[in-house]
Amino acid sequence: MADDQQTAEPVEEKPFKPSSPSSKLNFDGFWEYNDAPQSTDSIEIKDQYDLFIGGEFVAPEKDRYFDSVNPTTEEPLTSFAEATQQDVDKAVKAARKAFTKSWSTLEAKERGKYIFRLARLIQERAREFAILESMDGGKPIRESRDVDVPLAAAHFFYYAGWADKLDYAFPGKKAEPLGVAGQIIPWNFPLLMLAWKIAPALATGNTVVLKPAETTSLTALKFAELCRDAGLPEGVVNIVTGAGQTGSAIVNHDGVDKIAFTGSTEVGKIIKKSLAGTDKRYTLELGGKGPNIIFEDAPVDQAVEGIINAIFFNQGHVCCAGSRLFVQEGIADKVVQKLRDRMETLIVGDPLDKNTDIGAINSEQQYNKINEYLELGVSEGADMYQASCELPEKGYFCRPTLFTNVGQSNRIVQEEIFGPVLTIQTFRTAQEGIDKANNTPYGLAGGVWTDKGSKIFNVSGKIRNGVVWANTYNQFDPTSPFGGYKESGEGREGGLQGLYPYVKLK
Amino acid sequence: MSDRVEVLKTYKTYVGGNFPRTESGRYYKVYDGDDNILANACQCSRKDVRDAVVAARDAVEDWSSRSAYNRGQILYRIAEMLETRKAQFVDELETIGYKSKEAKAEVEAAVDRLIYYAGWSDKYQQVFGSINPVASSHFNFSMPEPMGVVNIWAPEESPLLGLVSVMAPVIVGGNSCIILASEKYPLSAVSFAEVLNSSDVPGGVVNILTGFRDELLEHMTTHMDVNAFFYTDTGISQEDRKQIDENGALNLKRVIRKPVEDWEAEDTQSPYFITDFQETKTTWHPVGF
Repeated sequence: MADDQQTAEPVEEKPFKPSSPSSKLNFDGFWEYNDAPQSTDSIEIKDQYDLFIGGEFVAPEKDRYFDSVNPTTEEPLTSFAEATQQDVDKAVKAARKAFTKSWSTLEAKERGKYIFRLARLIQERAREFAILESMDGGKPIRESRDVDVPLAAAHFFYYAGWADKLDYAFPGKKAEPLGVAGQIIPWNFPLLMLAWKIAPALATGNTVVLKPAETTSLTALKFAELCRDAGLPEGVVNIVTGAGQTGSAIVNHDGVDKIAFTGSTEVGKIIKKSLAGTDKRYTLELGGKGPNIIFEDAPVDQAVEGIINAIFFNQGHVCCAGSRLFVQEGIADKVVQKLRDRMETLIVGDPLDKNTDIGAINSEQQYNKINEYLELGVSEGADMYQASCELPEKGYFCRPTLFTNVGQSNRIVQEEIFGPVLTIQTFRTAQEGIDKANNTPYGLAGGVWTDKGSKIFNVSGKIRNGVVWANTYNQFDPTSPFGGYKESGEGREGGLQGLYPYVKLK
Repeated sequence: MSDRVEVLKTYKTYVGGNFPRTESGRYYKVYDGDDNILANACQCSRKDVRDAVVAARDAVEDWSSRSAYNRGQILYRIAEMLETRKAQFVDELETIGYKSKEAKAEVEAAVDRLIYYAGWSDKYQQVFGSINPVASSHFNFSMPEPMGVVNIWAPEESPLLGLVSVMAPVIVGGNSCIILASEKYPLSAVSFAEVLNSSDVPGGVVNILTGFRDELLEHMTTHMDVNAFFYTDTGISQEDRKQIDENGALNLKRVIRKPVEDWEAEDTQSPYFITDFQETKTTWHPVGF
């Protein structure tokens, strides 16, 4: 041993040469991006859209239409028909007829082929759908182009293949369709949520009456065109537009066998209550207040990217957004500083610009709600930090925002804001982090960041959430079940588990 | 004939591994098949429900983190204990009007049912969990996890087999529960608590109350720290059914209703009774260097 030490060569000191002249990124004045607008030349938007019932576009019985506003320009983009009780009735009848006459008698493999067609048609018109999604809903084109639309197509492709394989999905049981599914979807991922609802319903042999959100109905009606182009038997998919009353007409309709709802916990509870005492099946995909737990042994730079993605993806209009950050004490200052630095680089602006990171808040109503929460946070005594970026003069835009110095009982920590607003708390022990993470009525999704594998499994096992992203966040896939514990919902969407809510087992 | 005076059993409740009387001090009379009084059962109150929920909530973390093998062995142990006390349960069922052959069949079916679910303890995860082939570079898997605390109404008929059939699938999956015994025939349930107590089932995992469904419906279905409500009654009124569902909406309590007529039927045991009380958790992790 002593010999080893003696024979060791003295190490020659070499000057350290960093690959860049300064290890600190300089954000003062450099890194300018030129405009990179997505052209909308090829996009056709009609002044007015009708309902899609029984394979045809039909005017609403009461002939009422409502405007849909482009949140970037605050100008009306188009208008949609308001479906009333009579229209919903027509749609449910069309769906029932299709269920008994064509869809449930069709061979399963043929059913699957129609769904494959839908997947392909979305892919073929992907860019058009992405542009429409960004115009109607305000989300950055990069996200609608790279996330929403491809995932929607993938969802149809995945469930298409299940249509003739259901015997393998439920061991010991035979699956039968329920009948007519009434589906109500939110405005944050309009086409993707449509795919999450329609694809498993059709694959299991059900027919559908779907209501898109009133602020984002455009891609659903474009999708109706695809149903026609695909030759889908009439009435298998029906699309009725409107607001809460239309939704309530679907929920309370006697001819509906199953309700699938994605939206707020508040409305979810109302729906669950109105279904009380009936035999209707239901799935609820509701709100969240996702914990994102960063341990001291986490890869900090990756974690910072993950935190940014967790809360600012889609302007924070994500039910599973990582809106509560928990940082272990030892690295809290470092993480917060890095977050602030990173937030300074985020580009807030025109959703149709390919460089944009954060687009427009979906509606004036949501914009006001977020601003109320910002005021509330300050009045609750929290410290607010916002990126210094300039906002466009028109449109509903919100700066990415952090709140520190918050307590567990603050309303901005407990309530879902559904915007680009992050609260930051610290913890010492893993147990404290877990306890704080679980201390809400929600239980949808959350993140864990650590380089220690055993800790990942331990912590992710103790978080009462339906989805845990370990060293990543906001990943979605058609094969991967999604859904909440506790007040974040009932049932799963996606994957094999996502078939279950659409079948009865014999 | 001996002059010996028989020692009668006081029937109490089972909460947190102890046998307390109802805090309300109330009782109701339980009769045998010939309308002779058998016992004074506890008429449990809202407070008893709340105490039991506290005990169940305290128990759930330890119970759900036991290994599946361990939970399976404990369920098997319950079956062993029940088997050795077969005579006692047959006697008890006979006093409420069972013919001895029927009583024996019910007790034996209850033992077998425990064995059935004991065997599922480390298998339903494999059958109902999944590895999901996501398109991105992530390892992704889904596993069933217990919901937490489950309130249960044991069936009115089949006071032993029914009770075992609703309890076993709930606890084998790592949940804890509060069971309201058959209102008319609560004695087998209380005696069964003695079996549980000698079977290494941690206190609080199963809590058994006696009392009136009408009175306790509200308290058992509105409690905000309960994750699910399970009942199998076939004769429930539409009004009660609606009330149970509506109360479930308060905190999104899962309401599981499985009307069962005959608990000896083969299809009243199934792994789907276990998964009804499971949530699916999906975990993602990147794949890389």
